[in-house]
Amino acid sequence: MSRAETGSVEPGERRAVRPVWSWSLGLLRSELGVTLRRRRTLALLAVLAAVPVLIGTAVRIETGDGGTVGSGGDGPAFIAQITNNGLFLVFASLAVTLPVFLPMTVGVVAGDAIAGEASAGTLRYLLVAPAGRLRLLLVKYVTVLVFCLIATLVVALSALAVGAVLFPLGEVTTISGTTISFGAGVLRAALVAVVVAASLAGLAALGLFVSTLTDSGVTAMATTVGLLITVQILGSVPQLDAIHPYLFPHYWMSFSDLLREPFHWEEIHRNLGLQAVYTGVFGAAAWARFTTKDVTA
Amino acid sequence: MTAVIETHGLTKRYRGGRLAVDRLDLTVPEGSVFGFLGPNGSGKTTTIRMLMGLIEPTAGTARVLGGTIPGAERSVLPRVGALIEGPALYGYLSGRDNLTRYDRADPTADPRTRRTRVAAALDRVGLTPAADRAAKTYSLGMKQRLGLAAALLQPRGLLVLDEPTNGLDPQGMREIRALVRELAADGTTVFLSSHLLDEIEQVCTHTAVMARGRLLVQGPVAELAAGTRGRLTVVTPDPGDAARLLTELGVAGVSVGDDGRVTAEPPGADTDLADLNAALVRGGVRVRGFGVEKASLEDAFVALTGEGFDVAG
Ligand SMILES: Nc1ncnc2c1ncn2[C@@H]1O[C@H](COP(=O)(O)OP(=O)(O)O)[C@@H](O)[C@H]1O
Ligand SMILES: [Mg+2]
Repeated sequence: MSRAETGSVEPGERRAVRPVWSWSLGLLRSELGVTLRRRRTLALLAVLAAVPVLIGTAVRIETGDGGTVGSGGDGPAFIAQITNNGLFLVFASLAVTLPVFLPMTVGVVAGDAIAGEASAGTLRYLLVAPAGRLRLLLVKYVTVLVFCLIATLVVALSALAVGAVLFPLGEVTTISGTTISFGAGVLRAALVAVVVAASLAGLAALGLFVSTLTDSGVTAMATTVGLLITVQILGSVPQLDAIHPYLFPHYWMSFSDLLREPFHWEEIHRNLGLQAVYTGVFGAAAWARFTTKDVTA
Repeated sequence: MTAVIETHGLTKRYRGGRLAVDRLDLTVPEGSVFGFLGPNGSGKTTTIRMLMGLIEPTAGTARVLGGTIPGAERSVLPRVGALIEGPALYGYLSGRDNLTRYDRADPTADPRTRRTRVAAALDRVGLTPAADRAAKTYSLGMKQRLGLAAALLQPRGLLVLDEPTNGLDPQGMREIRALVRELAADGTTVFLSSHLLDEIEQVCTHTAVMARGRLLVQGPVAELAAGTRGRLTVVTPDPGDAARLLTELGVAGVSVGDDGRVTAEPPGADTDLADLNAALVRGGVRVRGFGVEKASLEDAFVALTGEGFDVAG
């Protein structure tokens, strides 16, 4: 049977299954389209894009009379450097959104991934298509990862644009005190964005696992965001420092090590390793749960 | 004749619940329009979920289109179109994009023919004019038809339709039934669940009746109905005289219905119905209608089970 003749095949006859990669990519494309065309996703991205505008405007107003921000670097990281170089708005915005805002949007998208389809009833139709449970789960996870990257880039690009409009751009002074060209600085910013996006992989897997536990999208989203906030609170209690290295946000701020000369890779490696562990553990848990789950919604 | 669906001892107990389906032995012959009849809560949807690999049976086996479920979903389900417990759509996507989404999830769907197949499915259910509107603006009937269109994206060996007319107005019900008849006329085996006796009677060739998770009876609709004898029925403005005369003529079980119809057990083969009719007319009874009414599925149901078909469930 040639595939071009699919339309004339006998109804009961088996049709050839397309190559796995081609079908999976088609499903992924569909998933990305469905996720990114949702009004909710766009609203989340709009909120993220607004954060650099707020920070940039606030810094601009405060320093409009020629002064500098705060007393020299006690506020959020990189804020003080913004007036000299708009590129630092990228790093400052990522530093401001990374603890809660950015992961919250990831929690919403990851938590809704399976549970949202279940509560809408569309999950049963995807499964009888049949999308395949493992494949659907993988496609969902990759989609959340792509969202992590897009969300981070939205913050970074919005910050770059706002920084360019409100502040001078130029050579970048690294944390180590050396100077690199503006172009090299932009490359660093891109690298930082990728590392920040990768930092969210563990949370994405956690959210996906939560999403397999319930048939209510709202419950899964709220639970994932609740877990995120709980973990951030635990991470800020000094008496619990024994468990801190195991919390997924522990090394998130290590992205600033990419602004040293030379790079400090150690904490970034630890961060990525921790994200890999969370992905492995919660990815496996999500697989175990989802592939054996009774889909009755 | 090969069986499109075959189950042996299929059983499901939901977590913490009682038996939803209890040792079901079901055989759906190829080419049939199979009515899966039962009051609400009798286990129809649960059975369908097991057949589609959505839930795992507690016990028993199921084969669909020759493949074992659970297990052979990847080769079986592309040949099955299903509407389970009503349609489910992405409200913010157009009807066309909804179908494209479901088609992309099918491992056997050819992307090169996707546009034409989606358009053909929309056309088949009469949704072409609304194809590019967001699905959330659709009426329930339109959503139901879009769900049916998703089941028609590919040539199918089996259509599983779980209460496809549920919640629809009479016009919507007629549309869906007409579609089901058309599909069946193409030779597709249709497995149709319903809690409406007359729906099954109108469109199905075979039926299985469920109650409280148990299979009560299954077989060709005609055969089940033939198992019960029909009733001799006289439509007349003079029911009293008709009843008296029939009794005098030796007809058994004469009764006058609330609607003025006189019914009785059909006479034996040695009595000509024409003679009975002539005798009534000679006796001064004005006869509007006279004949033996075919037994309905409901008669068969009552005769075979000894209980009424209580939809209250
Ligand atoms: N997800 C579920 N969890 C627990 N019990 C359920 C679930 N779905 C259905 N049931 C129970 O199983 C029985 C059969 O239900 P169902 O298969 O939906 O019947 P039908 O489709 O014939 O109306 C009912 O008693 C119902 O309450
Ligand atoms: Mg049901």
